Amino acid sequence: MENILEIENLSVHFPINIGTVRAVNRVSLKIKQGEVMGLVGESGCGKSTLGFSILRLLRPPGKIVEGKIVYHGKDIVKMNQHELLSLRGKKIAMIFQDPLTSLNPLFRIDQQFIETLETHEKGIGRKEAFKRAESMLESLGIAPERLLEYPHQMSGGMRQRIMIGMGLILNPDFLIADEPTTALDVIVEAQFLDLLNDLRKQFNLTIILITHNLGNVAQLADRITVMYGGSIAEVGAANEIFEEPLHPYTQGLLASIPNIKLDQPKLETMPGSPPDLVDPPAGCVFHPRCPRAMDVCRNERPEMIAKNGHLVSCWLYG
Amino acid sequence: MTISMEELITVRNLKKYFPLQKGLIDNLLAKEKRFVRAVDGVSFTIQKGEVLGLVGESGCGKTTTGRLILRLLEPTSGEMLYHGTPLSSYSTVGMAGMRKKMQIIFQDPYASLSPRMSIGKAVSHPLAIHTDYDKAERKEICIQIMEKVGLTPASFLYRKYPHQLSGGQRQRVVIARALVTRPEFVVADEPIAMADVSVRALILELMGQLKEELDLTYLFITHDLATCKYICDRVAIMYLGKIVEIGSLDKVFKNPIHPYTATLLAAVPVPDPKFRRTEPIPTGEIPSAINPPPGCSFHPRCHFAKPECRINDPDLVAVDSDHQVACPVRSVSQS
Repeated sequence: MENILEIENLSVHFPINIGTVRAVNRVSLKIKQGEVMGLVGESGCGKSTLGFSILRLLRPPGKIVEGKIVYHGKDIVKMNQHELLSLRGKKIAMIFQDPLTSLNPLFRIDQQFIETLETHEKGIGRKEAFKRAESMLESLGIAPERLLEYPHQMSGGMRQRIMIGMGLILNPDFLIADEPTTALDVIVEAQFLDLLNDLRKQFNLTIILITHNLGNVAQLADRITVMYGGSIAEVGAANEIFEEPLHPYTQGLLASIPNIKLDQPKLETMPGSPPDLVDPPAGCVFHPRCPRAMDVCRNERPEMIAKNGHLVSCWLYG
Repeated sequence: MTISMEELITVRNLKKYFPLQKGLIDNLLAKEKRFVRAVDGVSFTIQKGEVLGLVGESGCGKTTTGRLILRLLEPTSGEMLYHGTPLSSYSTVGMAGMRKKMQIIFQDPYASLSPRMSIGKAVSHPLAIHTDYDKAERKEICIQIMEKVGLTPASFLYRKYPHQLSGGQRQRVVIARALVTRPEFVVADEPIAMADVSVRALILELMGQLKEELDLTYLFITHDLATCKYICDRVAIMYLGKIVEIGSLDKVFKNPIHPYTATLLAAVPVPDPKFRRTEPIPTGEIPSAINPPPGCSFHPRCHFAKPECRINDPDLVAVDSDHQVACPVRSVSQS
């Protein structure tokens, strides 16, 4: 399968008063056309920053300091404002965690759809735009009459569906979903994941699903990238990552989550807490918490290597 | 596990209605006062030494129930008994004394710690309020409990402030503060919801261990059924202010009878691609607690709803020993 997006050696820094936060540190990742890539990690691991960098939506002082993001053969890092405007929304869409803060409370839903369409597709009539919005609502399983409502009249799950509709109205081929279900209750979350799966087929989408919830990626993702402390720990097919995780962090993470289908007398625990990215540990960022750390881990940063069909950055395998 | 057959907490027909603010026009038109029925007739018991999980989606009334039991909110009606004594019989002063025995762990360790109070001061604060220990004794007890919850080195962290700690450490501080007066009963309100994935297991393990060591009884409030399965002995499922199913963990999880329980269980995203969900999830979301549907409040979303479900509000009925369900339709087809 062709790669739709290739991230090469990407680093993102946030210079702040006490130093530089190395939020993303020399990350390389390839996304294949049509797949759902689950991007998993704990808060502060750099997963959202990576998502925002793809659209060059980093908030200042965040900056891409090195690396490339190649989308359909073009480097996004080198694009000018004009090129970026035609990339965002039209080619790559993004949805966020909190659908209430992402919708404008003062405008009806139809107005927000029409504004998006009129901005990006010059010359589209209001009628035509309204029709497009109506058919989008149908794809989302929402009655088209609700286009005439305001965001506060809708439930949380419905708002999140509107958000994804807003993202897809310009027919992008790539969707970045940043913790899309975190604000939703469990039943609504399951409904939303089902919808995402339908839309993926209907719109022929490639999706990056950014989440801390391993349940969500297990349910939806084809491949999984595990991030820790601004670096990628492991990349592999979803079932393989769950079946045979290679990186000690992935292993620890998987063993520490309660699973409703299993009888777990005891959960594995991982001592310590995620690293300080202003002053990250030398060598492998995970070594202070790693039960299998060796001397080399304290001094040298491991490279990504291929092992059993995964990519893993760990000295145990190099 | 040591569960004696002594009822520690008994809750009978507990209700809490929050009045909605009326606008000027409503007042002029003398419109009827409206209420949010946050908790609408909840009854259960918790045995000493047991962990009862109170599970439901946001807005179902689980947190309100927890606060009512500690009388952090006054109920609209209903009764709470502690060791058989009605909590409503205590005066404000008497209730303050009871708080030594009944504590709460809050969800958000960022919001529930004062940024200006050192860790030592925060943890020993309940001792200053509830006991006659002098300063040195308070510090000693405080250091002990900090060590117990894994806040080590305790004498070093004692002088630190919340912003100097990690999220996991802060949650431990909140736990230490709740346990420093050696309570018997602890309401844990989503204690791990804000924690990082790798820290959650540590907090859960710690809570399990402390329960054994300090002989605690928990009301464990959560929206996460997988967590609940891990730590609870019994579980109560809440929907729109009412308990729809309650019983031992095994019975409720292996043989869920109420359609809402079954839906909740099916919707949990299982962290393993082997268990990808295939069954469909019902559409729709929780209705408003201001005007809950008449009859069984789940009927608008229920596949099994019959005409009578729209009229009769079902009571909890025992279907097995320690398993009660508020659904006559499904309970009948079971037996």
